[in-house]
Amino acid sequence: MSTDLVKKLRTFLPVESVLHEKEDLKPYECDGLSAYRQTPMIVVLPQTETEIVQILKLCHATSTPIVARGAGTGLSGGALPHAKGILMSLAKLNRILEIDPLARTARVQPGVRNLAISDTARPHGLYYAPDPSSQIACSIGGNVAENSGGVHCLKYGLTVHNILKLRILTIDGEVLEIGSDSLDNPGFDLLALMTGSEGMLGIVTEITVRLIPLPEKAQLVMATFEDIQKAGQAVANVIAAGIIPAGMEMMDKITIHAVEAFLHAGYDLNAEAVLLCESDGTAEEVADEIERIHIIMKSSGATRITTSQNEAERLRLWAGRKAAFPAAGRVSPDYYCMDGTIPRKHLANVLKGIDTLSQEYGLRCMNVFHAGDGNLHPLILYDANTPGELEKTEEFGGKILEMCIHAGGTITGEHGVGMEKINQMCTQFAPDELSLFHGVKAAFDPQGLLNPGKAVPTLHRCAELGAMHVHSGSEKFPDLPRF
Amino acid sequence: MQQTLVDQFSETVRTAAKVRQPLHIRGGNSKSFYGYPPSEQSQVLDISTYQGVTDYEPTELVITARAGTRISDIESLLHQHNQMLAFEPPYFADTATIGGCIAAGLSGPRRASAGAVRDFVLGVRILDGTGRDLHFGGQVMKNVAGYDVSRLMVGAMGTLGVLLEVSLKVLPLPAVEQTISLKMNEMEAIEFMNRWAGKPLPISATSYVNGQLYMRLSGAESAVRAAHMQLGGEIFPAGNTLWKSIREHTYDFFKPSIPLWRLSVKSTTPPISFPQTKQLIEWNGALRWLSCQKVPAVDSIRQAAIKYGGHATLFRGYCSTAPIFQPLSPALASIHRQLKQQFDPAGILNTGRLYPEI
Repeated sequence: MSTDLVKKLRTFLPVESVLHEKEDLKPYECDGLSAYRQTPMIVVLPQTETEIVQILKLCHATSTPIVARGAGTGLSGGALPHAKGILMSLAKLNRILEIDPLARTARVQPGVRNLAISDTARPHGLYYAPDPSSQIACSIGGNVAENSGGVHCLKYGLTVHNILKLRILTIDGEVLEIGSDSLDNPGFDLLALMTGSEGMLGIVTEITVRLIPLPEKAQLVMATFEDIQKAGQAVANVIAAGIIPAGMEMMDKITIHAVEAFLHAGYDLNAEAVLLCESDGTAEEVADEIERIHIIMKSSGATRITTSQNEAERLRLWAGRKAAFPAAGRVSPDYYCMDGTIPRKHLANVLKGIDTLSQEYGLRCMNVFHAGDGNLHPLILYDANTPGELEKTEEFGGKILEMCIHAGGTITGEHGVGMEKINQMCTQFAPDELSLFHGVKAAFDPQGLLNPGKAVPTLHRCAELGAMHVHSGSEKFPDLPRF
Repeated sequence: MQQTLVDQFSETVRTAAKVRQPLHIRGGNSKSFYGYPPSEQSQVLDISTYQGVTDYEPTELVITARAGTRISDIESLLHQHNQMLAFEPPYFADTATIGGCIAAGLSGPRRASAGAVRDFVLGVRILDGTGRDLHFGGQVMKNVAGYDVSRLMVGAMGTLGVLLEVSLKVLPLPAVEQTISLKMNEMEAIEFMNRWAGKPLPISATSYVNGQLYMRLSGAESAVRAAHMQLGGEIFPAGNTLWKSIREHTYDFFKPSIPLWRLSVKSTTPPISFPQTKQLIEWNGALRWLSCQKVPAVDSIRQAAIKYGGHATLFRGYCSTAPIFQPLSPALASIHRQLKQQFDPAGILNTGRLYPEI
């Protein structure tokens, strides 16, 4: 099977674009979620859309599963290879095709790095807003597949809000132009449907993104709280005052300690929570907002407030937050990053619940929080070399996600379902809803060859798990800890 | 009471699906002029009684309402808390409901800066074409679990499901709004709007009509004042009335307006001219309204829209000679049919309002 496919692939791909020797396949066996590994049968590295068309037609004709991969930074195993399938890396399609400064758009290939778009647009006073933490490395094609966000998305939106047009290949190699250069489109909003579809519906070969003006100025307020509830209330108070901060991040005590030991950013070690609140825009807007944010933090009970006085100080205060993951790596051999979203009002309860679980499982957990939009990233610290600890960690993580659903939230805010959260999908969605998802998949890919087994569980799997669907509406105000 | 209504709707849909009885889903009946008329055999499914805001927490920036809730009720509640629907939806009649607003997918003057209806939809509850009661998305800003069925409902004209509830992101009202006007020709105006849209200024709406460019500035007072200094132009005192009348099509330009074409194009598109037509431009040049005294060649309008990266809609004045919405490519049309089949296998939900057979 494999040798036959390799032979066929080599009729239209250069030798170096088809990998099938075991040692060549090894680097592709996982994405950013290294706990899940699978060696693919074959890896292909196409350089043009024409090559991709031929690959897809071959997969279609031979019923071979195919998994697309960008930079491989995804955190949910979305690009985990299929044992009997082809893994297609789009990394070689890495050209920025066009920047139109007046129309404020960029047309790029899927393998272009997120940050490279902003770097190229910067001389025109423009940038691409979504900034996932992996933006130095992650590719825009992967961002589309996952609907990636970042620390600025409360104000500037997710990928779905910042793209205009996609060129898509369907599994039978047909081209779909979805979206346009205008601000809306006739028919169904397929642009939204494709965004975040985790490579299940089609292969993106070209993306037109929206560029926005670089803000004239950005300034940051750091506030320290002795009580996490007060910090949560401070966030609500900022919003209630009519301010949409450019970024609003929270870290809990264990994170503050880990980060401070790592970086010495000047965080208060007595704090239960640190809030970072950024304002950007024109100099006038920023001056106005920063003054109001300062007053709100004070009246919300902040024990220490620092306002960045210059760009160097702003970056230094941010550095701590940005180093949260490496800091976790320093205090623990391994960590497992979760990605639930909750209505912000339930923050204190959910954190209390996580703390209880943490004690129950005997595993430490750091919490970083995109506080503005309710996206929580608990980092469970574990040691993969201790037998059974990874399994315990996954169970702990699964319970955190179920708690997020009970709070009226979701199992994934920005990392995607992939392979990782497939079981929790059974809890978040009812069988009828899951079956409609399968219907959507079938409308694009009736044979189920694109990234099979990811994102949406089979009803059979859910039944076997015995997972109970929970609808948030019916559990509106649960006394949260109920695991 | 409200759950009883849902059970009734669901029963109606189930029964209709069995006998393939087409349904015409109706809220406030404010946009019946838009899209193809419902088929003559169709039976009305009136959701306007399914009303009420079920959840609103200003500090969470989310509101959830039943589909029959009037937009005016939602907006007045939001205004009490200094918040708004940032996509500035057109009503076209006081009876307009939030369900109809989502189904039609139309956005107002703030669209180019704040985003469209679809950008603010966080979750929906729908009945599919077999009467199944389904939830997608949720009440949180970030949610990537499952396909984005919620946004797929926006602009689908009710052809994929009966909307029951919708959760929307809301934003704070700007502290100050001021409109300025500048005199220039169309070419200059298009260039001016695009150039300034690339600068970090609080421009929240633009329109060009009759040789005048209007720009609305929204934000902190100091920022609005500074932006006015940079842009120049005169303060236009009746700004609120102006933007409302453009949004609602009560502005003079729209009055004798049959047929009215809506061209959605790349914002930097140069002036598009047709004989005996007037134009009003919005969204930094990305939206061009064409009011025609006589019916111009439909093909030339559609070709112009395609040439400039967009599409044309016969917004008002359908007379069965031209398709209302830009025809889809065969590949896209096929995907539309497949999706319709999945959501509404009996083909009973508003079928034909958007495209024949869909």
